[in-house]
Amino acid sequence: MAGGDDLKLLGAWPSPFVTRVKLALSFKGLSYEDIEEDLASKSELLLSSNPVHKKVPVLLHNGKPICQSMVIVQYIDEAFAGTGPSLLSSDPHERAIARFWAAYIDDKLVTSWVQSFRGKTEEDKSEGTKQMFAALDTLEGALRECSKGEGYFGGESVGLVDVSLGSLLSWLNATEVMSETKIFDPIKTPLLAAWAERFRELDGANAALPETDRMVEFAKKRQAQAAAAAAASDN
Amino acid sequence: MGSQGDVTVLGTVVSPFALRVRMALYLKGVSYEYLEQNVFDKGELLLASNPVHKKVPVLIHGGKPVCESVAIVQYVDEFWSGAGFASILPADPYDRAVARFWAAYVDDKLVAAVLGILRAATEEERDEKVEAAHAVVAPMEEAFATCSKGKAFFSGGDSVGYLDLALGCHLFWLETLRSMFGVTIIDAGRTPQLAAWAERFLDTKAAKEVTPPTNSVEEYAGKLQAIWAAAASAK
Repeated sequence: MAGGDDLKLLGAWPSPFVTRVKLALSFKGLSYEDIEEDLASKSELLLSSNPVHKKVPVLLHNGKPICQSMVIVQYIDEAFAGTGPSLLSSDPHERAIARFWAAYIDDKLVTSWVQSFRGKTEEDKSEGTKQMFAALDTLEGALRECSKGEGYFGGESVGLVDVSLGSLLSWLNATEVMSETKIFDPIKTPLLAAWAERFRELDGANAALPETDRMVEFAKKRQAQAAAAAAASDN
Repeated sequence: MGSQGDVTVLGTVVSPFALRVRMALYLKGVSYEYLEQNVFDKGELLLASNPVHKKVPVLIHGGKPVCESVAIVQYVDEFWSGAGFASILPADPYDRAVARFWAAYVDDKLVAAVLGILRAATEEERDEKVEAAHAVVAPMEEAFATCSKGKAFFSGGDSVGYLDLALGCHLFWLETLRSMFGVTIIDAGRTPQLAAWAERFLDTKAAKEVTPPTNSVEEYAGKLQAIWAAAASAK
């Protein structure tokens, strides 16, 4: 890493969007100060660095803030173009396809998974689950197309889409444990299932992904809190 | 780099996202075949070119489709780049991140705000939605000051760039809300710099090139309202 490059990440370990930035930094081999925010009591630094959304992640590069996980990941790739591998191909068409699928993951997969987890009614939740599996089905096709026979959406090595989807792995694995269903099903979506295992084993991923057990514990706590709040408001 | 291989755009004259793409191509001096789509009765080419979302805009270049306006605009910028071509995104990675952040903000918040105004069932609700739209636009006044660095456009120069296109493509809908409901979203009283920018933007060749035919946006808005009304009474 170039001398004089100070990188700070304002984050919260359970957030997949924070994980996304950590993955990018990790794959690029960049060191940074990992600042854990208490989202119930946000720091002055966070509020002043992201006044528009007041959310994590925020990357501070020599004090200048960059917000929104996809913006941050592309910034990391561009500002540190000489360091580590590129997360985007140099070919404009391949870049466009990667951006398309990264947007799809946030629009369709994240949204539906959140609904399956946090839906207000059982009906809402199961609709979310249905849409989540539909999105995974589509992503199976995307992986086939993008990988061109190699192991990742980025081809031979990880790229933007791998980072986008990979950031969700701990949550998706935790959901598998809690719901006792397979999300990355080797029968329904064999390429994705293999990709998930391969991705998790990468050193760069290991460093950034929260442990599934820790995520399960966190998710259970969250569910209990939500249930308690719902019960309290029913009284 | 770049060539005049066949370029086709699938769009509608009223879609801000299609307008954004057409303005980008105009800025690059790239000629293309434009095919107006009927989004209420989608054609084969659209469905085949964008099977995932079935939406406009789609850019087809040398037979290969590119979807999602954010991906398309960056594709146009990257493919037709170098000597002789205007740049759409700035060169500096930090400036690019700022432009991408605000463009994402616009797409996330402004579209929803516009539709909210259109869908409002009562005048009271409309007033609320208009206030919400003002709140969405408010932070962009400061963003303009920061990005423009005293120049005419968000690009920080005398001609339009990425963020100008990202926000500018929505101005035609804002004009239509003014003629339909007498509401001004980018208001010279609240956001003077933004209001002045909007006038300058609409005066550019790029904007004039794609200005929707008179009443076309209002007609389309009317169709949307009819669809919503029908759906509501069907329940």
